[in-house]
Amino acid sequence: MDIVIPSISFSAIMPELVLLAVGILILLLDVFSEKHSGKLAYIAVGGVATALFFAMTPITDPSTTFAGLYSADRFTQFFKVIFLIGTGLTLLISEKYAKENNINHGEYYSLILFATVGMMFMAGGADLITIFMGVELMSICLYILAGYTRARMASNEASMKYFLLGAFASGFLLYGMGLIYGITGQTKLVKIAGAISANSDNMMVLVIGAGLMIVGFAFKLAAVPFHQWTPDVYQGAPIPVTAFMSSGPKAAALAAILRVLVEAMNFIQVDWIMWVSVLAIMTMTVGNIAALVQSDIKRMLAFSSISHAGYALVGVSAATSDGVSAVMFYMLVYTFMNIAAFGILALVAKANEQNTSIDAFKGLFRTNPVLAAVMTIMLFSLAGIPPMGGFMAKFYIFMSAVNAGHLGLVLVAVINSAIGAYYYIKVIVAIYFQENPEKPEPVKAGPSLVFALLVSVIAVFVLGLMPDCYLTIAGKALLPF
Amino acid sequence: MGDFLWVIVLLPLIGAIATGLFGQKMSKAGVNFWALGSTGLSFLLAVIAFIELVLRPASERVIVNTVYSWIAAGDLNVNAGFLLDPLSGIWLLIVTGVGFLIHIYSTGYMSHDHSYWRFFCYLNLFMFSMLMLVMGDNYLLMFIGWEGVGLCSYLLIGYDYHRDAAATAGKKAFVMNRIGDFGFMLGMFLIFVTFGTLDYQTVFNNAHDKLAVGGAVATAITLLLFVGAVGKSAQIPLYTWLPDAMEGPTPVSALIHAATMVTAGVYMVCRSSVLFDMAPTSMAVVAVIGAATAIFAATIGLFQKDIKKVLAYSTVSQLGYMFMACGVGAYVAAAFHVMTHAFFKACLFLGSGSVIHAMSGEQNMEKMGGLKKHMPKTYWTFLISTLAIAGIFPFAGFFSKDEILYKTYASGNIVLWGIGAVAAGITAFYMFRAVFMTFHGTSRVEPEAMKHLHESPNVMTTPLIILAGLAAVGGFLGVPIIEGWNILHNFLGPVFEHGGTAHGPAEHGEHHLTTELMLMGVSIGIAVVGIAKAYIAYIKHPEITEKLYKMFKPIHTVIYNKYYVDELYDILIVKPTVATSRWVLHKLVDEIIIDGIVNGVGDFFVTLSSMVKKFQSGLLRDYALTMMLGALLFVSFYLWGGK
Amino acid sequence: MLNQYLPIIVMIVAAAGTAIGMIVATTLIGPKKSFPDKDEPFECGVSPVHNPKSRFSISFYVIAMLFIIFDIEAVFLFPWAVIFQKLGMFGFIEMLLFIFVLAVGLVYVWRKGALEWE
Repeated sequence: MDIVIPSISFSAIMPELVLLAVGILILLLDVFSEKHSGKLAYIAVGGVATALFFAMTPITDPSTTFAGLYSADRFTQFFKVIFLIGTGLTLLISEKYAKENNINHGEYYSLILFATVGMMFMAGGADLITIFMGVELMSICLYILAGYTRARMASNEASMKYFLLGAFASGFLLYGMGLIYGITGQTKLVKIAGAISANSDNMMVLVIGAGLMIVGFAFKLAAVPFHQWTPDVYQGAPIPVTAFMSSGPKAAALAAILRVLVEAMNFIQVDWIMWVSVLAIMTMTVGNIAALVQSDIKRMLAFSSISHAGYALVGVSAATSDGVSAVMFYMLVYTFMNIAAFGILALVAKANEQNTSIDAFKGLFRTNPVLAAVMTIMLFSLAGIPPMGGFMAKFYIFMSAVNAGHLGLVLVAVINSAIGAYYYIKVIVAIYFQENPEKPEPVKAGPSLVFALLVSVIAVFVLGLMPDCYLTIAGKALLPF
Repeated sequence: MGDFLWVIVLLPLIGAIATGLFGQKMSKAGVNFWALGSTGLSFLLAVIAFIELVLRPASERVIVNTVYSWIAAGDLNVNAGFLLDPLSGIWLLIVTGVGFLIHIYSTGYMSHDHSYWRFFCYLNLFMFSMLMLVMGDNYLLMFIGWEGVGLCSYLLIGYDYHRDAAATAGKKAFVMNRIGDFGFMLGMFLIFVTFGTLDYQTVFNNAHDKLAVGGAVATAITLLLFVGAVGKSAQIPLYTWLPDAMEGPTPVSALIHAATMVTAGVYMVCRSSVLFDMAPTSMAVVAVIGAATAIFAATIGLFQKDIKKVLAYSTVSQLGYMFMACGVGAYVAAAFHVMTHAFFKACLFLGSGSVIHAMSGEQNMEKMGGLKKHMPKTYWTFLISTLAIAGIFPFAGFFSKDEILYKTYASGNIVLWGIGAVAAGITAFYMFRAVFMTFHGTSRVEPEAMKHLHESPNVMTTPLIILAGLAAVGGFLGVPIIEGWNILHNFLGPVFEHGGTAHGPAEHGEHHLTTELMLMGVSIGIAVVGIAKAYIAYIKHPEITEKLYKMFKPIHTVIYNKYYVDELYDILIVKPTVATSRWVLHKLVDEIIIDGIVNGVGDFFVTLSSMVKKFQSGLLRDYALTMMLGALLFVSFYLWGGK
Repeated sequence: MLNQYLPIIVMIVAAAGTAIGMIVATTLIGPKKSFPDKDEPFECGVSPVHNPKSRFSISFYVIAMLFIIFDIEAVFLFPWAVIFQKLGMFGFIEMLLFIFVLAVGLVYVWRKGALEWE
């Protein structure tokens, strides 16, 4: 028996390697010496920055590596950049929160980094097994992170619910993968497509397998009707973790859905467009409508993140390269505005998340005018009001869907954004036009949070005012349809 | 080169952001640093860019600086790009140069103001918008600047928002401008529909393929654009906002309502000269409205008592001249007059500001008089500018006004020429009336104000002197008669030559030396007569004036009340609109129909939302069940329905 | 093809029918006296929810989990050792990395005090 060692391109997984190394380093630093504990967040941010550098190094030759298990292409790279931005911002908004809530441990930062690695494998996986590994690595880290503030009952509950339902969802995912493997005898996405085009018997089983896989990913994406864990878990988890969970993993789930659907499942395109459209409509509508009556901002943002996943799915359902690049652009913008909004919430809610209700924002304009302005910008962007990035992102999504002929879908999406504006503006009204009877002291943001917010504000405006540059990059990072 | 055009535009915005966000906590020096530093630097770069432009050969004087592709949506493709050619170059220098001078002046004029930073934030924002308007390389950027200057003008007119008159005047300016903007917007849409782009170069290069000379589309586009110009540049019938705009601080009147913003309409017409040349009907409309405005506003200026109102009506009148020039195809003359007018009118306004500052806020000329000895610098600069606006050789206004009148005459519009000449005489009369009433004669100053009477500080007089100097010699850029000496004409001319197509008739005509000299003589004569009359009426024999007033009281009353145009608009437009709005729109449409629908929809969604909330039971088994059912539905959807 | 499965379907239907039939029959004809204890699942005299009689030390689980991890390490090490020569230097370094990662884990739990019995 000859053993052929496949050629391995380590440069393709350099960002992952960096994050893993830094994660391990942080764990060891934490157990060996107390005195570094104040710097852990910054070390993690440094790791993310290094990884970002590697992720942005242009690649010349899109290919697969690790014997076809991993795609080293621009699609992967673009999503890696999104994940790393999300992770970096999360770490920055975590710094103060972690110290105030007594969770400033090495594990906290390591788990965030490891989860990011999982997301990268989801985006880069060219094989069902790689993708599944990525999903599990990401999910297990998130289960722990959700319950990280052990002293809070809600956090424990969140962790437990997320874990049990997540395991349940993994079952669907794995079952779907199993069915497809059973029929085609392949786990590599490209070979699955090849096997199906060679022999298209047992179509029914294949379609069921594809459907179950979408269910599994839809759970991670928090698409309706697989979303019910989201509000409970998002509300229970520590705020920076919620920010993290509601951006990166969603983008990762979208990346995986896109890759699986486009690379392996294009033979049933008609069907999956139908599925995704139905998912999109339900997700947008339920997310927005449920957000209307929430008085807790954390929970409201949870529902809002559900609805944003719905908008992104509209772009997926276009099933065109324009649609895909619009989705990528959307997730980029969404990462900035969503995490920034959560970051401000973490600050305004004060230590131990005393008050996450809308009351905490009343009169913010009087105590912290600049912070109020930043929150306003982020909420306007989330609501999709020009000239913020959120508007352009929605615009391109809707445009791609219109061009693909999904007029009805876009109509629903537009009505939904109108409904959505209501609950974002409700917060703005509280910030500017309502008095807080308690007359609180101004809150003070640490330097890392200020930095994160500054970056986000700049990004939201730059992406809103000159979206074309980024859209061009996204357009080059497409999957072959 | 020319890659830094965007910096010129952006600098004032940086100043505006810095003063707007942090100005409250800055010292005055800090505000000065940001506001003056950014505009000064912008002016410096503008000069460099302009020199670079001038050094190029005449055929290559177009610098385009495309910053990035801004919107690419379907057929609409708009770049954020800036264009520097002789036309925008002239405006660029006026805006940054005069703007910078007025910034300096304002540091003195506004020094007692409590929200100093707010003023400079608006002023810088205005500079940014105006530069966008002038420098943009397509109609959309121009429109953004157009709206921006409108907003800033509104903010600055209503700067003293606690005074009711200022707030109302701001609103009036905004609404009147919106009427014009509506026309501009429609024109822009029509351009896009016709050409598929908003880019100047593409539009103008394709104009002759896509449009017929004198055709309906060309006429419609140009007329709609002109509606926009009428609103922004205060022409009949949308001129009434400009005199009211004098409620704003005087530096604002000088910068926005005399030197720059109000000439935006002229700029737009000049910029679109290719299109206007293809629509003779529109040209005729432009010329007639311009001439009518020139004389109409001049007559109102005759009997105003408020020094700033006099200047405001003279501005409206001078803008009329510029449009008259555009209308007969003499774009160069129009641009020339914009330039000289910027010098002398900014100087006049700043001078009046200096007077008002010294008089502790008094604007009524009947309570002035004899100020000459108290404020010599102000007096002399004011006098020079008045001579310029009256059209006395060799001051700047003489050259530009004369060129307009000559071109009008040469194009065969004798009637328009006559109107222009008469208006020039009236202008000379009422401007000198203002000089005599303010600076000469016996003092009618109230004793209280007399105590504070003083010459303004150097920060205020220096800009006056510079502007007066420009008003004195600026005209020599466009010396008539001798072909090679008309520098401005040689510089600007190529912009308006559209490849052997229909020129404005005025540009064609041979220079008839004798005619031109004769016309010059006539216009100087008229001006001198006007001045002499003013001298007789207000210095020599004031008692005759009193008698005349009594004799022609009805006419005087009508003119003093500005022909009751404001009242007419109020009865014909404002009152019916308000009534409709209150009874039909508010009570019926708003409260009953729309509120009913909105509240109904709102209630519907909130109820729905509460129902959705019930599904969120918090129980794990329910969630798992939902997932299971969802997955089943998902799969079965295919098995039964999908195929 | 489906004919093959017919007996199974018949079987499922029969079994389900019996079960459902019995439940329906008891609800319809059985006497109904309900009290809290009776409504509990597994009512046979034992309370379904109660505190455990004795405490387990969490250390049992930690040690057991660690044992499994190193057990798995061994599972990988044996086949690797068998073809060690064929894999060459590449395989050697790979396995060193694998062991290194596990060793880091061990160091980590050690320092965290997870191996202390008390």
